[in-house]
Amino acid sequence: MKFLAKLAFAAAALAAGSASAQTYPNKPITMIVPFAAGGPTDVIARIVGENMSRTLGQQIVIENVAGAGGTTGTTRASTSANDGYTVMMGHMGTHGAAPALYPNLKYDPTKDFEPIGLAAGTPILIVAKKNFPAADLKAFVEYVKANGDKVNQAHAGVGSVSHSTGILLTSQIGTKTTQVPYTGTGPALNDLISGQVDILTDQIVNVAEQIRAGTIRAYAIATPARSPALPDIPTTKEAGLPGYEVSAWNAMFAAKGTSKDIVAKLNEALVKALDDETTKKRLLDLGAVLPSGEERTSAWLGTFVAKEVERWNPVLKASK
Amino acid sequence: MEALVANLSLGFSTALSLNNIGLCFIGCLVGTLIGVLPGVGPIATIAMLLPITFGIDPTGALIMLAGIYYGAQYGGSTTAILVNIPGEATSVVTVLDGHAMAKQGRAGVALGISAIGSFFAGCVATLVIAALGLPLTRLAQLFGPAEYFALMVMGLVFAMVLARGSLLKAFAMIVLGLVLSTIGTDLETGEERLTFGIQDLSDGLDFAVLAMGVFGFAEIIRNLENPEARDVVRGTIGRLLPNWSDLKQSAAPILRGTALGSILGILPGNGAVLGPFASYSVEKKLAKDPSRFGRGAIEGVAGPEAANNAGAQTAFIPLLTLGIPPNAVMALMVGAMTIHGIIPGPQVMTKNPQLFWGMIASMWVGNLMLLVINLPLVGLWVRLLKVPYRLLFPAILLFCCIGIYSINNSVEQVAFTAFFGLFGYALIKFGFEPAPMLLGFVLGKLMEEKLRQALILSRGSFATFVDRPISLGLLVVSVVLIVIALLPAISKSRDEVFTE
Repeated sequence: MKFLAKLAFAAAALAAGSASAQTYPNKPITMIVPFAAGGPTDVIARIVGENMSRTLGQQIVIENVAGAGGTTGTTRASTSANDGYTVMMGHMGTHGAAPALYPNLKYDPTKDFEPIGLAAGTPILIVAKKNFPAADLKAFVEYVKANGDKVNQAHAGVGSVSHSTGILLTSQIGTKTTQVPYTGTGPALNDLISGQVDILTDQIVNVAEQIRAGTIRAYAIATPARSPALPDIPTTKEAGLPGYEVSAWNAMFAAKGTSKDIVAKLNEALVKALDDETTKKRLLDLGAVLPSGEERTSAWLGTFVAKEVERWNPVLKASK
Repeated sequence: MEALVANLSLGFSTALSLNNIGLCFIGCLVGTLIGVLPGVGPIATIAMLLPITFGIDPTGALIMLAGIYYGAQYGGSTTAILVNIPGEATSVVTVLDGHAMAKQGRAGVALGISAIGSFFAGCVATLVIAALGLPLTRLAQLFGPAEYFALMVMGLVFAMVLARGSLLKAFAMIVLGLVLSTIGTDLETGEERLTFGIQDLSDGLDFAVLAMGVFGFAEIIRNLENPEARDVVRGTIGRLLPNWSDLKQSAAPILRGTALGSILGILPGNGAVLGPFASYSVEKKLAKDPSRFGRGAIEGVAGPEAANNAGAQTAFIPLLTLGIPPNAVMALMVGAMTIHGIIPGPQVMTKNPQLFWGMIASMWVGNLMLLVINLPLVGLWVRLLKVPYRLLFPAILLFCCIGIYSINNSVEQVAFTAFFGLFGYALIKFGFEPAPMLLGFVLGKLMEEKLRQALILSRGSFATFVDRPISLGLLVVSVVLIVIALLPAISKSRDEVFTE
């Protein structure tokens, strides 16, 4: 019965025609997630979206449009109607690294979107095989610098978070390692555990368990503060590589030209979701880091995206 | 031993949750429902039903898929016995004596003994998997890219040697599968390959698209060719439970079939298909009166069915421990696991012990369920076998299209599936088996990845494959196999095995 009522309501809403900001939202909102269901971005989108649905009084429907490192779904979102009924969850790759990696990219992260707000990021960790010959991060940096392409660095495919962050690491150390590509973090981690490859940088959700089990070794976490999920791991700043601060951030965007009022409404709902105790706890349990203060505004996200594109461009292009 | 018990109890506590029992039940039921359809084997069934598991958590989804798999297997036997159409290679043997029994009014007993034999084999195979899982996973952790590559080469050689029909055709299909797997983004450079600028191809062909096209759609087109005359047993099904003398006659064949099937199932490259054939010839040789075979000998149903089910289950071993599918059905399971975010391999057991052991325990639960639900439902299957194609086929097609669309909300994928449906039909017409192609396709991606990783790690030296003893050993086995298969004497008897 509930379903029928919803259906009837949705039909009526559809018939009522396009929305103005006052009545927005009066039908379900589609949130495009440019990755397959179950990945970190998808999980964050679902957790945040669930709470936002309650605030907005309309269901947020997640649509997974995976492909080409997230750029397929992002392209679709950039060309969708700018009425606020299609939004997307972009991330570090789609709105930061993509322009440097994909020469034929059909969108511009800085120009084709209205930023809504930062959702949650997952910290990056520097890890190595168990018997990697370095006692701490300083020794790690020295070893990698001295041995250069003798070091085998795994990553989860071109365009993946581990790929971009890995290249950022070696470029800051000032060397080039041998890149060993895998399809996804699982197989890469497998070979790190068995010692086939030497080092890897990846999101906390993917590596925390193996670090706790002692099958791989963690050198530092690339956030300003330590993570409650792995309190023994020092930050890069503490361990002596202060420039290497990076996280796989996720943020909501709408198509260019979406009205300011609608963007404000969505931002408000997003911020409310991040403050909600249950939602917050679910995100923190994942090891995620939540934005605070001015980081939560749409304007901040706009400048942040521009900075990210600028940051990744030279690093990734130099690696090609 | 203690660890085994602890693991199994973890598995059973997962598999026996109300939710998972329900999923296993639904899986077995719909698996049988589709599997019973003439000409639709387990591969097509799983390909068609894959999308219904998308909304479920990974553990539940895999338990349901395993249920679908057993259901399809059993459904295939049902069709073989009642309609004289083998759903797939492994039930070819069941047709011989099973349908003969049905004609004598003993269809019920044939179905009953096949269910009992399968159940027994399933119980044993579950224990075999549980016992071998741990040591094999440890072994797998010693494997680097070079060893994996060599292992997959060996798997494909096995698949070629064990395929039905000509070696050359099987080889061609495997290579085609490998070529199809190279479509998409290059692993190392991120450049697009063979995509012709079509954005939907930039991540490669979707596995479900290929499988559902080549198996699901193509099978339906092929079935349309035949007139709708089905030799459904008209008489009574008869009682289902075999009597004491039936059981006594079947006990030894079931034991032997289980042993044969379990061992052959572990072989890479569709070894499972050999189980029923081997069991049938063994029983025929051992029988006091071999002439009874083909005329409704109960041993000829009991042994092969047990071997069939044992092999169907032990085929999970290479998949779950090494992450390498031994045959096309297991290749489908890889696709299914990947869709649910689980990369099959040695890590599954340590990272998702609940999933791993839960799935193993659910195999046993699934077998029990088949026994409990299928026997009373035989009447329903018989009626289903009589549903006219003009109602059945459009319904299946529609269902498949919705499923494909739902994978990535893409219309293009549905179009690709239709294309591969026609392509698959052409393959069947020209006498090519599509199963090796699917295996090649799934292994191709992994093989390329491992080959390139091995070469990157060795800094470009191919010697790495022969310097490492395990890799060398596997490659030697592959070469020896090819040589043996090409020997005139062997290749002749190989033809006989598959034409019997």
